[in-house]
Amino acid sequence: METAIRIANLRVDYGETPVLKGIDAEVEKGEIAVILGGSGCGKSTLLKTITGLIEPREGRVEVLGINTATLDEESQSELAKRLGVMFQYGALLNSLTVGENIALPLEMHTDLPPAQIEQIVRLRLASVSLEGTQDRMPSELSGGMRKRVALARAMALDPEILFCDEPSAGLDPVTAAEIDELLLTLNRALGITIVIVTHELLSIDRLDGRLLMLDEGQVVFSGSVGEAQRSTHDVVYPFFHPGEASS
Amino acid sequence: MSSVYIQGSTLFLSDALVLTNLSEVDQTVRLLFSEHPSAQWQVNLDTLERLDTAGALFLHQLSALANQHESSLQLGPLPEHLQSIFQFATPLPAEAKPTPARIPFLERFGASVYRFIEQAADFLYLMADLSYFSVQAIWNRRAIRRDAFVDQAYAIGAQALPIIGLILFLIGAVSALQSAAQLRQFGADIYVADLLAIGITTELGPLMTAIMVAGRSGSAIAAEIATMKFSEELDALRTMALEPLRFVAVPKMWAMVATVPLLTVMADFVGILGGTVIGVFSMGISPAAFVTQILSSLFLKDILTGLVKSAFFAWIITVIAVYRGVNFSGGAVGVGRAITSAVVSSLVGIIVLDLAFNLLFY
Repeated sequence: METAIRIANLRVDYGETPVLKGIDAEVEKGEIAVILGGSGCGKSTLLKTITGLIEPREGRVEVLGINTATLDEESQSELAKRLGVMFQYGALLNSLTVGENIALPLEMHTDLPPAQIEQIVRLRLASVSLEGTQDRMPSELSGGMRKRVALARAMALDPEILFCDEPSAGLDPVTAAEIDELLLTLNRALGITIVIVTHELLSIDRLDGRLLMLDEGQVVFSGSVGEAQRSTHDVVYPFFHPGEASS
Repeated sequence: MSSVYIQGSTLFLSDALVLTNLSEVDQTVRLLFSEHPSAQWQVNLDTLERLDTAGALFLHQLSALANQHESSLQLGPLPEHLQSIFQFATPLPAEAKPTPARIPFLERFGASVYRFIEQAADFLYLMADLSYFSVQAIWNRRAIRRDAFVDQAYAIGAQALPIIGLILFLIGAVSALQSAAQLRQFGADIYVADLLAIGITTELGPLMTAIMVAGRSGSAIAAEIATMKFSEELDALRTMALEPLRFVAVPKMWAMVATVPLLTVMADFVGILGGTVIGVFSMGISPAAFVTQILSSLFLKDILTGLVKSAFFAWIITVIAVYRGVNFSGGAVGVGRAITSAVVSSLVGIIVLDLAFNLLFY
């Protein structure tokens, strides 16, 4: 298996406060990696550092074989085109319609004619079960719909790696399951590597990916869902057996 | 309602001990403790019917209150149905608050200076980046969305026409009235036209237009960018390989630099018109004489100086508004702060630039 992401001794600080304290991890191409942990453990920070939104204090991040620390602006932009990011609250551009949001990366980074871009937009919307919403504004959508549009936008350029920050958080169980199913379909049908940040047990179970559990800025567990459920680790056990005392 | 009374050395608390009557009960108990001293108090709670968290905490702290009056206190048994809330609302031990370390004056002063230098450097970097991107994007428009410039120009320029027109018309009229009052003493009424033409085109037109634009569009730009940062839209652009400064700020810079001089031309015209109306109808100068005097006093240099100034005013307003938006922190309060500081800093920037231009040209 080829490596999609390789992280070595990654350290990130917010001001004086260390948030990531030496993370080492690898994600293989085509796998689903789930970064999990309690609130404030550094999950979203890790995702933002991998995607280049936060600069690390120390350490190395290699995405698709490219060391992100040594990239100039142009190379960084080229790498970004190979990645898709779905933000926790969608982060749709509120001044653009749903269709324009999805078309944006296509308009900016390709020479496709408008008719073809429109076709792709409609296809992407259909894939997230939101046909006919391209002319609506993001403010007219529910939280679940915004997340699905964000997923469609993240998929616009057919990325090699898809990053999702809490894709099912705050959604009703039906919509959350639909989004998880969508991610599974994208992974199985298109072979996309997916990195998901979540702390939703049901989602973790459904996605059945390789888990990377963080606690206080460090990786405390790496393995499958089954292994995590059987683990007696001080942090892992209470997470998968909430309310039960560790044996 | 609550009933508090004393029989011997027994304090009776009955009915309700809840948030709404706690203050009254507390005062009554304190009064009773001080008026009827006793070494040992018993508290009878047999007829207490309602108790909430605040009431339960009060009961827990009643012993301490008795101690203040040099007494001890024994709580009687609570009715069965109130025992769970009494147990639930057990007071937590007092937390020792760490004393903040005292930072010496020189260290604080040094930190402030360092922060100021850091912010100034950030501002200069952003000014350089935005100016460079704005010029570079004229030839390379890939990073700019189609129609973005037109949308911004409409919002910043066309939609500002009525308010700027109205303000400048009134300012022209007031200027004419004020100068007429002085010049009339010397029989030089006609020179109102000269004062008006030169004053409006070189100073009042560009300055008032810039001030209006700073309040109207500078604040809007800061608010939009701050909100985009808050809702992670700027991060989303970065992950789509789109540089936010180019994508969001450059069309605004173009629209500002293109439309503010045009607004200034309109403002000059309307301002002079306002003064002319006063000259003709209030001072009784013939329209032909007034217009001839205006034309004879105006030089192309004055008009061009005003327009060049207005373009630079537009540039500084945009740079400051973008800087305030990008550096916003906090939630709704932070957006408000970004807007206020964008407008105030823009006004300072405009006046400083105006002074620099006056030193340069006059």
